[in-house]
Amino acid sequence: MLEQQLLNALTLGSVYALFALGFTLVFGVLAVINLSHGAIFMVGSYAALWLVSHLDAPLWLAMLGAMLLSGTLGLLVDVLILKPLRARNAPHLTPMIATIGVGIMLTSAAQGMFGAEVLRFPEETLPAGEFIVGGVHVRALEIAIVAIAFILMAVLFTALKRTQLGRALRAIAESPKAASLLGINVEGLFHVTSFVAAALGGIAGVLIGLDFNAITPQMGQPMLHKGLAVIILGGMGDIRGALIGGLFLGFAEVISKAYLSSQMGDAVAFGLLFLILLVRPSGLFGRVLERKA
Amino acid sequence: MNTPQTLLSIRNVGKHFGGLHVLQDVSFEVPAGGIYGLIGPNGAGKTTVFNLVTGLLAPSSGTIEFQGESLVGLPPHQITHRGIARTFQNIRIFKEMSLLENVMIGMHEHLKYGAGGIFFNSSACRAAEKRARERAFELLSWLGLEHKAAMLADNLSYGDQRKLEFARALATEPKLLLLDEPVAGMNPSEKTLLMEEIINIRNRGYGVFMIEHDMRFVMGLCDRIAVLNFGRIIAEGSPDEVRNNQEVIEAYLGREEEAA
Repeated sequence: MLEQQLLNALTLGSVYALFALGFTLVFGVLAVINLSHGAIFMVGSYAALWLVSHLDAPLWLAMLGAMLLSGTLGLLVDVLILKPLRARNAPHLTPMIATIGVGIMLTSAAQGMFGAEVLRFPEETLPAGEFIVGGVHVRALEIAIVAIAFILMAVLFTALKRTQLGRALRAIAESPKAASLLGINVEGLFHVTSFVAAALGGIAGVLIGLDFNAITPQMGQPMLHKGLAVIILGGMGDIRGALIGGLFLGFAEVISKAYLSSQMGDAVAFGLLFLILLVRPSGLFGRVLERKA
Repeated sequence: MNTPQTLLSIRNVGKHFGGLHVLQDVSFEVPAGGIYGLIGPNGAGKTTVFNLVTGLLAPSSGTIEFQGESLVGLPPHQITHRGIARTFQNIRIFKEMSLLENVMIGMHEHLKYGAGGIFFNSSACRAAEKRARERAFELLSWLGLEHKAAMLADNLSYGDQRKLEFARALATEPKLLLLDEPVAGMNPSEKTLLMEEIINIRNRGYGVFMIEHDMRFVMGLCDRIAVLNFGRIIAEGSPDEVRNNQEVIEAYLGREEEAA
C-alpha cells in the first residue's frame, strides 16, 4: 500500500538526510571527505545499545550519550589526524585514506568488543505505541525518528543561517584564509564542526539501529556509500542538497523495493541517482565553485 | 624602546623559501596615524611583508612588533584581535553572503557566537546582534554601500567589492589597516573614488599601511614611503625624499620611464 511505503520512505529518508548533513558539513567547512563517518554512525548505534542494556539508561539519555561519544570521536579524529595533516599541507587524498583507516579501526574494535553477530535493542526499551491513521499503521518509533531528525536539521539550518557561528562557518567554507584574517579562529571552528558532524552521524546510527532493530559492526559501510551518494547528488557541501538528496534516496529505495524488486532496491535507487548526475553533474544544488586557499 | 608614535615596527626581518631569499634585513617603522606606503617593482617581496605581519607566514629571522608586542608566532586571528586588518590584492569577499553578513563576519571577536542564544532567544544575544547590525550598516554607509546591504556580494561591481572589503576590514576595529594594492585592476575613475575612501579612512583616525606599485597614486596619498627592491629596503622617507633618491630612480622609476 502506497501510504505505508511513503511513511517508511520518509522515516528512512530523514535519517539518510541527517547522516548526510554531518558528512557534507565537514566537506563544506574542512574541505575533507571524512570516510570514518560511517564507522562513527555505527559507534553511535552501539553506544546507545550499551547504555540502554548495561546501564538501564532511558532511550533519550542513551541517544544523548551516543551523540556525545560519537561527537568526541569526531573531534579526536580532527585533532589527532586531520590537524597534523593540515599543518603539513597534505594533498587531498591523504585525509581520505587516513579516515578510511579510522573507519577500519573502529569497525574492528566494535567487532572485538561486541562480536560480529546482529545485536538488538531489548523489546521493552523501544517506544511501544502503534496507531492507525487513515489506514496506515504508524509506529510511535517512526514518529519519534522523523521528529528527531527534522528537529536536529532545523536547529542546524537556523544556526547556520542566523547566528554568528553560522556566518563564521559559511565564511570559512568560502575562504579559510580571509576568515582567519577577520579574526575567526579557523582551527577552533574546524574542531566544533567535526564534533557536531560526528554527533549527527552518531544519532543517525541510533535511529537506524532502532528502525531496523539490528546493529552490526559492518552497518556503517553501506551507510557511508549512501551518504556519499546523497551529498554528491545534493551538491558537495550544500546543506539543502543533503536534506533533499537524503529524502530522495530514502524514497527511491523504499518505493523501488516495494514496487519493482525487493532484491534490486539499492540497484534501482543508485541507478536513478546516476541518471540524475548525468543531467546535473555537480548535483542538485552544486555549483562549480573554486575554493580559495 | 619604541617611541609612542610607532605602531608597527619591523626589524631585520628576513624570509627565505628554501634557498630563495625573498626578504633580507628589512627594517622600517609604521607610525600611528597617517598613510604609510610600501612600494617596489613586482616581485620585490611586498606581499610577503604583509603575509609576515598578518601571521600567514613566519619570518626566518628578525622581529615584528605591534604596539611594542611581538607578533611572531601568533596565529592570524589573534593578530587581527590585536588591531591589524587587511585586504587582499585579489579581492576575497564572501560572495555567497549579503554585504551586511560580510561586514558582520569582521565583528567575530566582538560578537562571539551566540549559537545557543538564538534558540533561547536571550536578550543579551539579540542586543548584541542588533548592535552588530547597526555598526555594520554604519560601516557600509561610510563607504556608500548601505543601500545595497541585503544584496549578495557576488553581484557587486569590482570597485564596490573593494569598498566592501574595506568596510569588512574596518569591522574588526583595527588600529592599522593593511591594503594590498587596493587599486589594482581598477579603472581611473574607480581609482580616484577609492583614493578618496582611503583618505576618509585615514581622517577617521585609522592608521593605513598600503602596498602599491602605481607610483603616482602612492606619491599623492602617502605621508611616508619605504621602497623595496629585490627583497631589500633601498629607501625610506617622505614622498619627496623617495622621489629624489638616486637608487630609487635607478631601480624603479628608471624602469617606469623605459617602459613608458
